[in-house]
Amino acid sequence: MALRVRALESLLLEKGYVEEAALDELVQTYETRIGPRNGALVVARSWTDPAFRDWLLRDASAAIHSMGFTGRQGEHMVAVENTPQEHNMVVCTLCSCYPWPVLGLPPTWYKSPPYRSRAVIDPRGVLADFGVELPPGTRIRVWDSTAEVRYLVIPMRPAGTDGWSAEDLAALVSRDSMIGTAVVAAPAVAAAS
Amino acid sequence: MNGGQDLGGMMGFGPVRPEPELKDGGQLFHEPWEESAFALTLAAGGLGLWNIDQSRQARESLHPADYLRSSYYEIWTKGLERLLLDRGLVTAAELASGRAQVPPVAVKPLQAAQVWPALTRGTPYDRPAQAPARFKVGDTVRSRNEHPVGHTRMPRYARDKVGVIERCHGVFVFPDSNAAGSGEAPQWLYAVRFTGRDLWGSHGDPSLAVSVDAWESYLVPA
Repeated sequence: MALRVRALESLLLEKGYVEEAALDELVQTYETRIGPRNGALVVARSWTDPAFRDWLLRDASAAIHSMGFTGRQGEHMVAVENTPQEHNMVVCTLCSCYPWPVLGLPPTWYKSPPYRSRAVIDPRGVLADFGVELPPGTRIRVWDSTAEVRYLVIPMRPAGTDGWSAEDLAALVSRDSMIGTAVVAAPAVAAAS
Repeated sequence: MNGGQDLGGMMGFGPVRPEPELKDGGQLFHEPWEESAFALTLAAGGLGLWNIDQSRQARESLHPADYLRSSYYEIWTKGLERLLLDRGLVTAAELASGRAQVPPVAVKPLQAAQVWPALTRGTPYDRPAQAPARFKVGDTVRSRNEHPVGHTRMPRYARDKVGVIERCHGVFVFPDSNAAGSGEAPQWLYAVRFTGRDLWGSHGDPSLAVSVDAWESYLVPA
């Protein structure tokens, strides 16, 4: 595959269809400027700012765009909030739709057949692969991103974080917790692991 | 089309293999060629010669066995080659050799300075409503049992199933038409909630509900 892609790249450069500097800029952007830190800031703000939380749940596109997280694969956003009664998980069974402006590019597992096939039929089995076991009474809600709407999971705020700043809370929020394949650990647990 | 991409409910792929995120030592790209495949796909997409649904259709048109054994960036690469060939931007001989053999088509390549503005601007897919919505939140609907040869976004596992309208997203470009080059033909789009039991029978997790985003013409009143 390396040779095939190299041939394709040489050809497109030679024909003037792509510019080398633009290719570098595309990779750099997702390696350094757009990633799950953005989503963590959205989550932490929803935990600390009730008016923002209401806005996020009512009109996630406007609320998230207001923080500057706009653009490709995040034009139309919906935020879904985990509760003790209901756990949300996001998948794209048909391709690998993912909210790039808040989570960056998807991890390999998100794009791969094991996750895309099983998330909709056996989400508890998928969660077990991540070492997550939900209480049996918790309902599971899976969102299959079959359109241009992108979903962001708002995980539950962990215990033991009363009075924490949004900045400190954001550091606890993992990428996987915003896809719904992890929960946010309480800080003592996070520090120990 | 009922291609290799329609994975919901298939079995036998084995466990999901979690990966650390970048800040914990993970990698965005696992091979240098993946960076190239990603960047070439976005940069070539920036030429504006195909839309997102046509990109998806090109990937879905791979032979199912090829699709299933390819990594995601391999699928992207093969899809991109197909789009370039179909639009006459390259020839098969050029792809094989990696060298230009016929003059290029006149295009405006994406410039580095355009990358950030283009990515943060994005491409909205919502459109003004031309007609009132047929369904409202809470309505019970049945998904049509349709198996189009062309591109569609109704996964097989959710066809011919009864569900409930959970959200109305607004009016959006219709992928089946957009992929065919027949225009955007916007339609109302809904999140439809199905129970695990309705989707998967007695094997369904009773605590599960799956929501699928479905365009209005995928649905009928139930």
